Amino acid sequence: MGLLSDPNRRRALISMLTRLNAPICVVCYFAGVAWFMGLAFEPFTLRTYMSENAMGSTMVEERFPAGERALATGREFAAHKKKVGGMPVDWLVKNMQDRGLEVFTQSFSRTLPFPDENKERYIVKGTNVYGILRAPRAPRTEALVLSAPCSPGDNNNQAVGLLLGLAQYFRNQIYWAKDIIFLVNEHDLIGMQAWLEGYHHTNTTGMSWSPLQGRGGSIQAALSLELSSDVITSLDLVLEGLNGQLPNLDLANLFYAFCQKIGVLCTIQGKLQRNDWDSVSGYNHAVQTMMLMVMKQASGRPWGDHGLFLRYHIEAATIKGVNSFRQYKTDATTIGRLLEGMYRKLNNLLERLHQSYFFYLMPSLSHFVSIGYYMPAFGLLAVILLLRQSSPGVLSVLTPLVISHLTGVALYALPIRFQETAVEHFPVSETEAVVLTAIAIYTAGLALPHNTHRLLSGEGTEQGWRVLKLVAVLYLAVLLGCTALINFSLGFILALTLVPLAAFVTPHVPKVLSAFILVILSPACTLLFSVFFFQELQDMPVSFQDGWLLYLSVISQGILDHSLYGSLVYPLIALLVYPCWLLFWNILFWK
Amino acid sequence: MAAHRCSCWSWLLILFSLSVFVVADIHETTPVNDHHGGVDHNAQTAEQTADQPAVEERRWEATEVKEAATVDAAADIQGTSAPETVVPSSVPQPKDDFQEELVIRPLHSGDIYASFQFRTLWDTDFMRENKVSHYRLFPKSLGQVISKFSVRELHISFTQGYWRTMQWGQPFIPSPPGAELWVWFQDSVTDVDATWKELTNVLSGIFCASLNFIDSTNTVQPSASFKPLGLGNVTDHSFLRYATLPREIVCTENLTPWKKLLPCGSKAGLAVLLKSEKLFHSSFHSQAVHIRSVCQDWQCKTTSWELRQTLNSVFDLHNSGQTKREWSLFKMFSRTLTEACPLASSSKLYIDITDNPQGEQFELSPATSLLSQAVVLGDRRTFSVYDLTQETTFGTVRSLNLLIRWKSNEGEMLRPLLHAERYVAGYGLQTGEIHTLMYNNHPYRSFPVLLLDSVPWYLRLYIHTLSVTSKGKDNKPSYIHYEPSKDRVKPHLLEMLIQLPPNSVTEVTVQFERALLKWTEYPPDPNHGFYVGSSVISSLVPSTVAMHTNSTRERPLFSSFFPCKEESSYFVRIYTEPLLVNLPTPDFSMPYNVICLTCTVVAVGYGSLYNLLTRSFQIEEPNPGLAKRIANVIRRMRGVPPL
Repeated sequence: MGLLSDPNRRRALISMLTRLNAPICVVCYFAGVAWFMGLAFEPFTLRTYMSENAMGSTMVEERFPAGERALATGREFAAHKKKVGGMPVDWLVKNMQDRGLEVFTQSFSRTLPFPDENKERYIVKGTNVYGILRAPRAPRTEALVLSAPCSPGDNNNQAVGLLLGLAQYFRNQIYWAKDIIFLVNEHDLIGMQAWLEGYHHTNTTGMSWSPLQGRGGSIQAALSLELSSDVITSLDLVLEGLNGQLPNLDLANLFYAFCQKIGVLCTIQGKLQRNDWDSVSGYNHAVQTMMLMVMKQASGRPWGDHGLFLRYHIEAATIKGVNSFRQYKTDATTIGRLLEGMYRKLNNLLERLHQSYFFYLMPSLSHFVSIGYYMPAFGLLAVILLLRQSSPGVLSVLTPLVISHLTGVALYALPIRFQETAVEHFPVSETEAVVLTAIAIYTAGLALPHNTHRLLSGEGTEQGWRVLKLVAVLYLAVLLGCTALINFSLGFILALTLVPLAAFVTPHVPKVLSAFILVILSPACTLLFSVFFFQELQDMPVSFQDGWLLYLSVISQGILDHSLYGSLVYPLIALLVYPCWLLFWNILFWK
Repeated sequence: MAAHRCSCWSWLLILFSLSVFVVADIHETTPVNDHHGGVDHNAQTAEQTADQPAVEERRWEATEVKEAATVDAAADIQGTSAPETVVPSSVPQPKDDFQEELVIRPLHSGDIYASFQFRTLWDTDFMRENKVSHYRLFPKSLGQVISKFSVRELHISFTQGYWRTMQWGQPFIPSPPGAELWVWFQDSVTDVDATWKELTNVLSGIFCASLNFIDSTNTVQPSASFKPLGLGNVTDHSFLRYATLPREIVCTENLTPWKKLLPCGSKAGLAVLLKSEKLFHSSFHSQAVHIRSVCQDWQCKTTSWELRQTLNSVFDLHNSGQTKREWSLFKMFSRTLTEACPLASSSKLYIDITDNPQGEQFELSPATSLLSQAVVLGDRRTFSVYDLTQETTFGTVRSLNLLIRWKSNEGEMLRPLLHAERYVAGYGLQTGEIHTLMYNNHPYRSFPVLLLDSVPWYLRLYIHTLSVTSKGKDNKPSYIHYEPSKDRVKPHLLEMLIQLPPNSVTEVTVQFERALLKWTEYPPDPNHGFYVGSSVISSLVPSTVAMHTNSTRERPLFSSFFPCKEESSYFVRIYTEPLLVNLPTPDFSMPYNVICLTCTVVAVGYGSLYNLLTRSFQIEEPNPGLAKRIANVIRRMRGVPPL
């Protein structure tokens, strides 16, 4: 208390902060990074535990017997899929009806803003088929969803087979207290988006769909199943959803608990759990797993069909069957039993999953880092921004602020608007046109602000850049703080690159070198590095040429995600982060 | 405008009186067999020897027991139905009368619908006589309730599950999931709200249910949807109270007191089938008690009280875990029938065989010779009748175990003429939208429906966003009655009369905002969500019988030009599914954190403020030089005051 009221001590504190400002900032930065890297060290993390009492560990018995029959159904489905050349709607409807479900279909169509070259689609038309198993003596107020995508080619046939097998088995049981919706969605995420929008009667992305005829009340939890081979070696759990949202940790715990009980190998980020946490390689493994989660979460993309459920406050995860030719084999019956167990536990829920964490990182499936542990890492970075403010009229900075934001708006809006013009005048495809326009505007933005500033007010004053820096640093602090609260990974990655440049930029540093550093640390370059880093983490390093192509496709995917599913990463970067970065660029060229 | 409104009102009145009439009529149809038995019976005995064509011709007379058998059987009927004829006649009669029946309808979906009805009639007047103390068949607990609370009419139902109209068609007696209670009080009641409160508490005790949770926040006074089903032409709805508890879970503890109200308990008669371990192994379970006063004769000179106890249940073909597609009484109820209730004047078992005239859908054994026809919910149905008061029904094994063996596969979904669904749209915890969809599947007739919505106060309806659209066009309701809610006191009540165009979907939407409750107002499981009771849709639906205007071959031409009234439309009440809405919920483990945080903040703030207030401030003197300090030391040693 004395610290605040005693003028002497206060003065001492302030003088220390100003004197040691630069070293403290450096220490904070490295402390933040070190803290973050320490999060993956097992003794520093918490073991996962089931918080929800209704899902206690030993209350259900799994008896699903019909794995082989499910696979046969899957093969039949594959044959019909091939015959129809898409979703075999009639076959699915008939099959679900035979299993005693109430069956409904939903058709949807969507024209993408520009052709998606990765998945080769532009005008998407499709049909979702879903069957509702009505719980006996339940008033249609709660539901669970099990979905499997109808993918092109030979993928996921087994998932649909298993889904139908489970439907048949579930239908004969008396214990259901929640309706169970079995959904087969076409065109993966677009179909899922259409179905969810139809179910909740919202329209956030301008998709056209036919209204749903049957519903089961409020959906409590959902699992999406991806299975492409008859026998699998391990199951992978995917949690990252749209805008970096994660399901309640209890869902991951539930999956892990059943994998342990039934004896199935389970992975997260495709990484098996290791017991040698005290060795270097064990630690590396944990860091790699956690970094993969951070990268995926920061991308703000839905990494499985479950990702879109999270917007509606429905806890969801994707379970992927992996066949990686290991020794350990698991057949469809076992996976069926695992799912049966999970659904029976979810069926026992009295309330929505809410007991456990919503904000966490997972260095392995059995350990997690909660928000209380990872936030200090970000806090140490953010405090630098507060330390680097130098006090001093505000009006003078209005021009650069407005101009940099206008550039941001141009970056957000123009690429899609001008794709046609670009295609007419240059020999490029629509996708390339969009991405290249975006890059062009981004680069043009570097030239704009300081030029206009010089034109408008002549030579910049010393006072002027200080005020601009104050505004820019505060702006960045608030921006990163808010981002990190919602999506820690994205906030942390942006802080990692933007904070140092925000700390050192003044008009007095060497121009060329600083300009180079500034460009290297700009959001676009961060994205480029992230692409390479991500490939490295996945043990699939790429050459620079391929990396660049990947980079371009990532940008186009980001723009598509925004317009298709309402992902917020692209607008965040274009409208807020990039203008903020331009302010620093402006400071560098103040004189 | 005034004229328009006037016509509107008169139209409404007509509709309601009609609805009451038709409802009464429908409810009467099945037992009417026995009532008008006397009249019909004469005709029947006269035609005893009539052969098959004659019987065929008489098929279209709606409500009569028919025999296509030998003289012996007919004589038997005469013997058994003799006591039934006593009700309207002048023969000395017991003042009370008990009837029981079970209707089994094999449903389109392969499921079995079993509907029990037990009716006790008593020609006493609880109101006029000072004290009714001698009870025979009528349960005393209910009789006392009627006289103490001056109840004119009482309807209470407990339902577990939702009636699937699309698969099962219309139920005989509809009811919403959870508990529903509606009561008309006599005009003599002065403080209706207090009486209602007391009544719910008493009923709560009688039925072992949480009816005591009914209070002003979930009670409404519908202005049009619920009219008395018994005698009396009351229009003042201030004597009506209606409440639902969508959360109520119905189980054995509610069934036992319900069974105790029966004269034979569960010892004899049809009630032996009501074993809870099987009844609650079904897809749908609903039990109800209806009390009203009815006429004794056609001139309505004297009235009597009717207690109707109903129990409906649907057994699921799939989860009974059997491979053979067959049903029997034993499989459904784990009991067979061996006798009628000795106190019952009539005890019958009806099997709906309308869809099965040649036995192509299912096979029934033992077969029966008795047939009956009735118009139920606008559809002419044929029933096989088993009279339990007859010895021959039970055969040589002295027990009746009815067996239904399915032959065909499950059918597709039905298209009922009127059905409805409701859901909450939107996401997030701030606002939302309630959508109510009403389907009119009639190919060419439009008909009006009355929609009643009672929404708890914590969903704040934006009534200006109310919109009714059918076929993409705005559909203006001809009557709207809206009572806004009052926080923590009363719910929203919205009643509308809407015309549904033929073959259309009408969508009613209204937006709402979710209120933030006080932290003590949350239930123990706040994250489960909050229930909003079912909407009630009441309507006169044009019947399917009238739809077949071309199929007049069985009827003389002169009789079929105008569709006759009881067949042209019928009263239907349907309930939508209840809603489960999530409200913004605080993290209830948070108080601890909040206390810690608040204490810290208070400590920091208070500490520094206290520090500032109590500290004395003085201007610090600049440091004296070294020479001065030395001089002062010397001066102190000398005992001289310092410089």
